[in-house]
Amino acid sequence: MANVIKLRKGLNINLKGKAPLEKADVKSTGLFAIVPDDFVGTKPKVVVKEGDNVKVGDALFVDKKHPEVKFVSPVSGKVSAVERGERRKILSVQVVADAQQDYKDFGKKSVANLKREDVLSALLEAGLFAFFRQRPYDVVANPEDAPKAIFVSAFSSMPLAQDFEYVLKGQEEDFQTGLDALAKLAPTYLGVSSKQTANALTAAKNVTINVFDGPNPAGNVGVQINHVSPINKGEIVWTLGAEEVIFVGRLFNNGKVNLTRTIAFAGSEVNKPAYVDVLVGQQLTTLIEGNVSTDKHIRIISGNPLTGFKVEKEGFITAHSTEVTVIPEGDETHELFGWIAPRFNEFSTSRSYFSWLFPKKDGYVLDARIKGGHRHMIFSGEYDSVFPMDIYPEQLLKAIITGDIDKMEQLGIYEVAPEDFAVAEFVDSSKVELQRIVRESLDMLRKENE
Amino acid sequence: MAFIKNILDKMKPTFSEGGKLSAFGSLFDAIETFFYVPNETAKSYGAHIHDAIDSKRSIFFVIIAMIPAILFGMWNIGSLHYAAIGEATTLFGSFFYGLGVMLPKIVVSYAVGLGIEIAVAQWKKEEVHEGFFVTGILIPMIVPVNCPLWIIAIATAFAVIFAKEVFGGTGMNIFNPALVTRAFLFFAYPAMMSGDKVWVNQSYMDSIGGPSADALTAATPLGQLGAGETVSYDAMDTIIGTIPGSIGETSFVAIMIGAVILIWAGIASWKIIVSTFVGGALLAYLCGDAADLNFQWWEHLTVGGFAFGAVFMATDPVTACRTEGGKWIYGFIIGALAIIIRQFNPGYPEGMMMAILMGNLIAPLIDYCFVQSNINKRMKRAK
Repeated sequence: MANVIKLRKGLNINLKGKAPLEKADVKSTGLFAIVPDDFVGTKPKVVVKEGDNVKVGDALFVDKKHPEVKFVSPVSGKVSAVERGERRKILSVQVVADAQQDYKDFGKKSVANLKREDVLSALLEAGLFAFFRQRPYDVVANPEDAPKAIFVSAFSSMPLAQDFEYVLKGQEEDFQTGLDALAKLAPTYLGVSSKQTANALTAAKNVTINVFDGPNPAGNVGVQINHVSPINKGEIVWTLGAEEVIFVGRLFNNGKVNLTRTIAFAGSEVNKPAYVDVLVGQQLTTLIEGNVSTDKHIRIISGNPLTGFKVEKEGFITAHSTEVTVIPEGDETHELFGWIAPRFNEFSTSRSYFSWLFPKKDGYVLDARIKGGHRHMIFSGEYDSVFPMDIYPEQLLKAIITGDIDKMEQLGIYEVAPEDFAVAEFVDSSKVELQRIVRESLDMLRKENE
Repeated sequence: MAFIKNILDKMKPTFSEGGKLSAFGSLFDAIETFFYVPNETAKSYGAHIHDAIDSKRSIFFVIIAMIPAILFGMWNIGSLHYAAIGEATTLFGSFFYGLGVMLPKIVVSYAVGLGIEIAVAQWKKEEVHEGFFVTGILIPMIVPVNCPLWIIAIATAFAVIFAKEVFGGTGMNIFNPALVTRAFLFFAYPAMMSGDKVWVNQSYMDSIGGPSADALTAATPLGQLGAGETVSYDAMDTIIGTIPGSIGETSFVAIMIGAVILIWAGIASWKIIVSTFVGGALLAYLCGDAADLNFQWWEHLTVGGFAFGAVFMATDPVTACRTEGGKWIYGFIIGALAIIIRQFNPGYPEGMMMAILMGNLIAPLIDYCFVQSNINKRMKRAK
């Protein structure tokens, strides 16, 4: 029997517009973009030119410091643009897909017979290593490191998040092959939700399984690491998304790179929420158009509403996103006397609202307003109540804000990623941008330490 | 209600940067957010949805929790006054008398404090913080009824500037500003703050000029206790609150209604409230008073500022402990210290003010111990 870890702290946010477990078909626009910024910590060096023909799995750019880490094209076609911004920063490399997809052949391999180096070089060659992230810093992993463990969370507890168990159906074999490959690299831990029953998860082989029972953010891999094997200074842990494990499995089982995800397309402003097969970097236009509310300003988010990125209708799905969500922007709303009115439609952890008394069963429609003014941290215990790690979040954040590096290290900055603060950012009555300041401090620390 | 929006929108350019009245931008912003929830939306990265709670709502729930104590305090002012001059009165008669005495104090406290807050916010180009709305109502509640308005004005200005703004405003102060006001009064104008001449209001005019020579007198239970006299009030009087004392502090029942509201809304820490009472009860039981003074040990919790301080002032999140474990210790120390001061320091019959200020002082130390133990654990693990 797997180890069951019960978490008490956290908050489940029930949003309207969850995707039912059925698939819808959406054609792509044919345009795809791989965005270096999605792979935090990379300095891209583009290895293709506009007009070049690429196959699926051909590198579009590599990391300057570690050229062996490749970022590959999800489709075969013609490189249509290398988009640059200020100071010639590379914003994206765009590819227009051919009608007929042409895959680069990496050769089928049986993982059981491979050594660690073989697995690693296969992943690097096919561009899948780019999806590995490391803690500390929550950046793209360094292939030269020997991590003490690899952690995979098989579920997300975020609002409107993808149900991985549904996605997994029919891909169990690839998932297990992926886990086998990870286990060759380092001891691998799989975090499973207490609600998940699929055999491929609860009886996964070659990995240590931990079952997590608790509210959001129990599905965050950082929370799971903290409870299973906390990261000490000098140690490195790699993490990989559950769906990305399937990418790895496909590579070894089929000898091809296949970056197809089954994302949840959800949110209160989506007309018909559903699961949709998309490729990493796919343009969203065909997904969004005609399928969202048109009577108000909306916000399209690549990812879930707590940790995702705001994107435009013509934008592209970000590399790690497992869902696309659409919520009202809310900037047209002017609520009168918000500090005293009952506001029955609002969701709050505070009992000065009524969501604790009459919870909305089919979920809340929450818009993107921050619903308050920016303040210093006034009320204590807010972050702590939704932060299920053995870390003092408020004190850590104060160390970050004051730029006290020693204190940050002492308080556990190396164990956290911005997403671990997402729920705290939600409940914060002082409306501080927690994830942004954590991200900035991690970038700053990485620069200092290297 | 759209017309309010129209008016505000029309006025906005005048108060914005470059407008004619841009010097009052912070004031305008405060008024605008008083009417409307800001419609600022989340940035492109980070949490896109937010809890509907903000500091404004939390702060106003604290004020709502204080309403029972305020209303009772007003009634009690009138009731004590008419009893002292020997006239019959009605419920409303007493209440309106008290309202007339109390209102100027509230107005002065708010006018002085908010004036300074708005000026500082404008100077620092920040939003006006709501914190003073609580402080501003606390101040009139913790002074004797005869405290003159000009003294309240000076003390409020002192506290807002030196206890709050110099530290960086709401959220950054070390001491509870309302208590600093009271401490300032206590040491600068001791004659206005204790004795037996300050607790019953003579007339409206006196509240402006200070107690006159032939002031009506009444002693508080703690005053009598401090002087070694028999307490002339029953336990029931102290629980209901029909006794002399600072305006908001006398009614244990009204304060407890406030405590229920605060705990229910999750705004005040129940840990601090409970541990303060536990600490106070334990020490009061251990120390004990002379048996013949008509005073039970547990009455220490119902008289003076003990309950008021425990519920409304020790729980101030900014100056209290911020770690959950620390809150237990913090409250216990305040409760215990308040009784120790009452029992062993002949100079101060009332100990709550000093106890909470001491608690504010050691709160960071308590937090430090809890945080340090987490750090030590992490360091040990690394070896």
